[in-house]
Amino acid sequence: MTSSHEITVVLDGETARLAQGITLRETVARHIGRELDPDGTPADGGRLGVAVAVDGAVVPRREWHAHVIAAGSTIDVVTATQGG
Amino acid sequence: MDDALVLGGERLTSRLIMGTGGASSLATLEASLVASGTEVTTVAIRRYAAAGGNSVFAMLERLGVRALPNTAGCFAARDAVLTAQLAREALETDWIKLEVVADEDTLLPDPVELLTAADQLVADGFSVFAYTNDDPILARRLQDVGVVAVMPAGAPIGTGLGILNPHHIEMIAAAAEVPVVLDAGVGTASDAALAMELGCDAVLLASAVTRAHDAPLMARAMRAAVQAGRDAYRAGRIPRRSLARASSPDEGRIDAW
Repeated sequence: MTSSHEITVVLDGETARLAQGITLRETVARHIGRELDPDGTPADGGRLGVAVAVDGAVVPRREWHAHVIAAGSTIDVVTATQGG
Repeated sequence: MDDALVLGGERLTSRLIMGTGGASSLATLEASLVASGTEVTTVAIRRYAAAGGNSVFAMLERLGVRALPNTAGCFAARDAVLTAQLAREALETDWIKLEVVADEDTLLPDPVELLTAADQLVADGFSVFAYTNDDPILARRLQDVGVVAVMPAGAPIGTGLGILNPHHIEMIAAAAEVPVVLDAGVGTASDAALAMELGCDAVLLASAVTRAHDAPLMARAMRAAVQAGRDAYRAGRIPRRSLARASSPDEGRIDAW
């Protein structure tokens, strides 16, 4: 059961429950285990190396802070892996 | 003598581009990349969880090897464009190795989708490195839409069949106004050397090294082969002749009687 304070989304292909009102920045930070500054850059000073698409469209990292996740969103967090 | 390659505005000393695909472990991959001398490597763009975090990105940062993200796994221009846009955001680069393949069995480029995607990505400001067929006309059309490099397949990806149509690869290299990178099909060092002898500006390979019994040793072999092939190309091969031509002088020859 999804409580009234939670929303259901698809995060990296898996169903996930998130707190209502959570931002994309908070969601990504939790997903990759790194704190992110409001402009989307890592608080540890390193390079981020990830990008995000919501419902099939890229959301630039500087917009993550203001992006409140809507119920039913499909969120993909991608990075580089071996290939090619 | 200075023989640097300028690729996508970047000056490179190594004409071997070793990709990261197919390695059995990150440690083997790292040893192979170092042995290959590559300054640029390809990476795929995948979901964070499936990629096992960003360990590949971190390794390339540490090694100082530039990442060329690819659109591997895309079958339509639309998918390739989205993947390229994600790669640009994630890796902070306008470089994209554009792969739009037709089916899983051949992994050969779909010319129509490839050209469509190349056109859109160039318009969107990308430096497009186009993985293409060994088709001189398609190579020309890709140049016409503004790609920064044409990368014809020697043979289908991962087959190790070498260069199946050397004549076409030579034609593509001779006509190109942008760098030509032989991409895919290399099985062993002589294939890489041949690509360079045919006039390619660089060779891109992955499986031939990463799936070799001793990957770092094969990486070293490829590095030497690419350099040897490049030197041979620049030196100019002798013409082929149908009959023998002695290299020792006739004069002063001793005849028995």
